[in-house]
Amino acid sequence: MTIPPGTTTATARRGWPLWEVFVRARRGLSHQHLGSLHAPDAAMALRNARDVYTRRGEGVSIWVVPSAAISASSPDEKDSFFEPAMDKAYRHPSFYDVPDGVSHL
Amino acid sequence: MHRGVDAPRTPAVGGSAAAEQAPAKPPDTGAHLQQRFDALIADDERIEPRDWMPTGYRKTLIRQIAQHAHSEIIGMQPEGNWITRAPSLRRKAILIAKVQDEAGHGLYLYSAAETLGVDREDLLDLLHEGKQKYSSIFNYPTLSWADMGAIGWLVDGAAIMNQVPLCRCSYGPYGRAMVRVCKEESFHQRQGFDILHTLSHGTPAQQAMAQDAVDRFWWPSLMMFGPPDERSAHTAQSTAWGIKRLGNDELRQRFVDICVPQARALDITLPDPDLRWNENRGHYDFGAVDWAELTRVIKGDGPCNEQRIQRRRSAHEEGAWVREAADAYARKHHNSSAAEALA
Repeated sequence: MTIPPGTTTATARRGWPLWEVFVRARRGLSHQHLGSLHAPDAAMALRNARDVYTRRGEGVSIWVVPSAAISASSPDEKDSFFEPAMDKAYRHPSFYDVPDGVSHL
Repeated sequence: MHRGVDAPRTPAVGGSAAAEQAPAKPPDTGAHLQQRFDALIADDERIEPRDWMPTGYRKTLIRQIAQHAHSEIIGMQPEGNWITRAPSLRRKAILIAKVQDEAGHGLYLYSAAETLGVDREDLLDLLHEGKQKYSSIFNYPTLSWADMGAIGWLVDGAAIMNQVPLCRCSYGPYGRAMVRVCKEESFHQRQGFDILHTLSHGTPAQQAMAQDAVDRFWWPSLMMFGPPDERSAHTAQSTAWGIKRLGNDELRQRFVDICVPQARALDITLPDPDLRWNENRGHYDFGAVDWAELTRVIKGDGPCNEQRIQRRRSAHEEGAWVREAADAYARKHHNSSAAEALA
């Protein structure tokens, strides 16, 4: 089965390409990753996502993204990758002592 | 950087994808990786797709999730059997929604299995070739409309009992899929109870039909929890890995305990002369399950094994033109939009 160029993924070797599905549950919330599905193109991926992930009104908006288009940080590099954020306690309000009697701070 | 959000680092079966998924830097020593994995399990943290995991853990999950996914889609058949003969439009709409849910549950689970580095098409091949199993309960026939009630009440009830602890499974994607499945299964169980309740409060013929369905599905439902723990091949290791949270026997006991009062409300007798309240244990005692029957059905000698697989294969083959048409449309659409971009 031929897959359209630009939509091939590492995981869909034989069938249709893999798409990651993100759903906005309601207005005011951001889209959240719910899972994945296979579809030949974006239009079908959206329709399939509606049927698979929103059968009970779980969403008001859906994004589908080719899995291959997502770049992820590596779990191997977890420590060094996030390390710059870990030693800066002064970025948190709890780092600072507030004198007694001072409020609304 | 690695491509693909949930692409695993090591392929689980076969090795064709090894090169493209090789880590960007040399892997840590095996002992260090194992230590980190063990620490996550000990802290009751979740393992996510691209984490290192022992080969056995990956294999166990692939086997279990695939078998679970197969059960969902094979499970569409016994109930699909009654869609055209549902007694009212309301019952028909409900049954269609339920069978559609089973398809959806299969898709959540195949999606979870794929995060472990297997291909959905390969899993379907294994099912069609009889190399991967599905729940033995679906090898029993659905002889009457009341079976829709018994399946919803007992089979889905047992499935929920099994699946609720799986929501806390150590493998993240499996647990998340289970949360969605469990939410939707509650409707399945209630609609089954509702069917039986209507029948058991109907004419004598309807009452007999409800009783007959429960008589046939009660024992196979108890078998759904698997063999006794001491004879279960996978229980100990799966428990250590946090895949399995409760033992087969404990889940089976819980199921019996909740079913007895519900059967009373249905005015239906559970087909077990040894079923009685045990004051000392604080549980219902129940008779011996025929484990030879379970073994027989799992090995392929159930009433419908052949029919279920045959139907699945032909549905897949007969659906090939739909997949090909969608593929051709996508290609054509892609080519024409590429041409427009050049114009």
